[in-house]
Amino acid sequence: MSIKPEINQIVVTQDIETDLLLEAVYHRFGYDFRDYNKAHIKRRILHRMQTTGARSISEMQHKVLHEEGFIEVILRDLSINVTEMYRDPSFYLSIRNEVFPILKTYPFIKIWHAGCATGEEVYSFAIMLKEEGLLNRAQIYATDFNPLVLETARKGIYPISRIKEYTQNYQSAGGNQSFSDYYIAKYDSVILDQSLRKNIVFAEHNLVTDSVFAEVHLVVCRNVLIYFNKDLQNRVVKLFNESLVKGGFLGLGSKENLMFTDVYEKFYVVDAKEKIYKKKVQGVI
Amino acid sequence: MEESTYKVIVIGASAGGLKALKKIISGLPKSFCMPILIVQHLSPRSDGFMAHYFNQLSHLQVKEADEKEPIRPNHIYIAPANYHMLVELNETISFTVDEKVSYARPSIDVLFESAARVYLDRLIGIILTGANEDGAAGIRTIKSFGGLTIAQSPETAEVAVMPMAAIQTECVDLILSLDEISNLLSSLCNQG
Repeated sequence: MSIKPEINQIVVTQDIETDLLLEAVYHRFGYDFRDYNKAHIKRRILHRMQTTGARSISEMQHKVLHEEGFIEVILRDLSINVTEMYRDPSFYLSIRNEVFPILKTYPFIKIWHAGCATGEEVYSFAIMLKEEGLLNRAQIYATDFNPLVLETARKGIYPISRIKEYTQNYQSAGGNQSFSDYYIAKYDSVILDQSLRKNIVFAEHNLVTDSVFAEVHLVVCRNVLIYFNKDLQNRVVKLFNESLVKGGFLGLGSKENLMFTDVYEKFYVVDAKEKIYKKKVQGVI
Repeated sequence: MEESTYKVIVIGASAGGLKALKKIISGLPKSFCMPILIVQHLSPRSDGFMAHYFNQLSHLQVKEADEKEPIRPNHIYIAPANYHMLVELNETISFTVDEKVSYARPSIDVLFESAARVYLDRLIGIILTGANEDGAAGIRTIKSFGGLTIAQSPETAEVAVMPMAAIQTECVDLILSLDEISNLLSSLCNQG
């Protein structure tokens, strides 16, 4: 086991270089990944190092600071762009059954979809709101820190290859119309019904560095918190708490949880499996 | 071999894996101390049935892994469907929903590579039965960090493709049947 000290040094050095790269990205461009879970960040950075042929992470830091356009590559690597329409259909079914009946009692509803990536889940919500007669009195803020994914989200054009899966998801999520009414197929793409978009505002917002921008009735943020360390998770769920009206709802990803956060007492559980929470009205109910 | 230096075990399995894992997990004694992290390829729609099932027939605590969960002795952690499972430097579990790797999420490679970076030469990686090549790159990484690598002997595997792919990297230390793997693991922990 004589190789250990050497191997150990490589790993320790790479950890230092990773931290320095994240510092450089933050100070030069304002994107703050310093409180992300490191295992994921390192995996993505090492992968990029291989494909660019850089010999070290430090060399990538040099590229980020001096090579035009390289930051976009890094941003794409570090942002979470894997999503699908009605991802986890049972979540949407629960929102439809447990949350929408209460939203219907408001004259106007605001929804914040934080970390919306390329927008598939935002449109899933819009379709569901439409079917429940809520879309015309809803305002959806769909935000992400990455302007490139927002560009895709705004267009609402997705590969046709995934439509079969989305149709199944739609049905499992309680969809009761013909899903094909919501898109037009063209070549190898589908273009989603443009009217779905009229109450959606796509905007850049960074959960790590930006603050509350609206008071909303429902916050949806799925599979974003899993990328954050505990401190950052806490900061972000506090932000959600501040953004919600009393009695407002919060929907998280299936492996995300308020349990060990500072705001746990401020919410009660609507659906434990689907990670849907309701902000207490007076700290009690 | 300095057995007692090993700290954690990672196992990857795909087609035929339930039976193979059952054999290994149910054979481990109550005194078995090393944490085990498992990626078994699953349908994205699976719920936590596998952890429940294994927990009933194991002397150890078997559970579906949770976000930020500390990796503790006497525990077996199963990756949830549709998430990659990684190990953080502070020996906790994290998840991502990144692209599939080798057509799989959870991917064996992702677990093995992240665990290797944390446990270095104190990690044991095991590839069991399966029909794709996930895990081969992970085995290579574990080996390069000085860990111990094991593949189920292809002739004893329900589907030989995955252990074969691992063996073809030439980074596998031991090629063993399920019984031999079970015995080896039990003996390691009794000494530790």
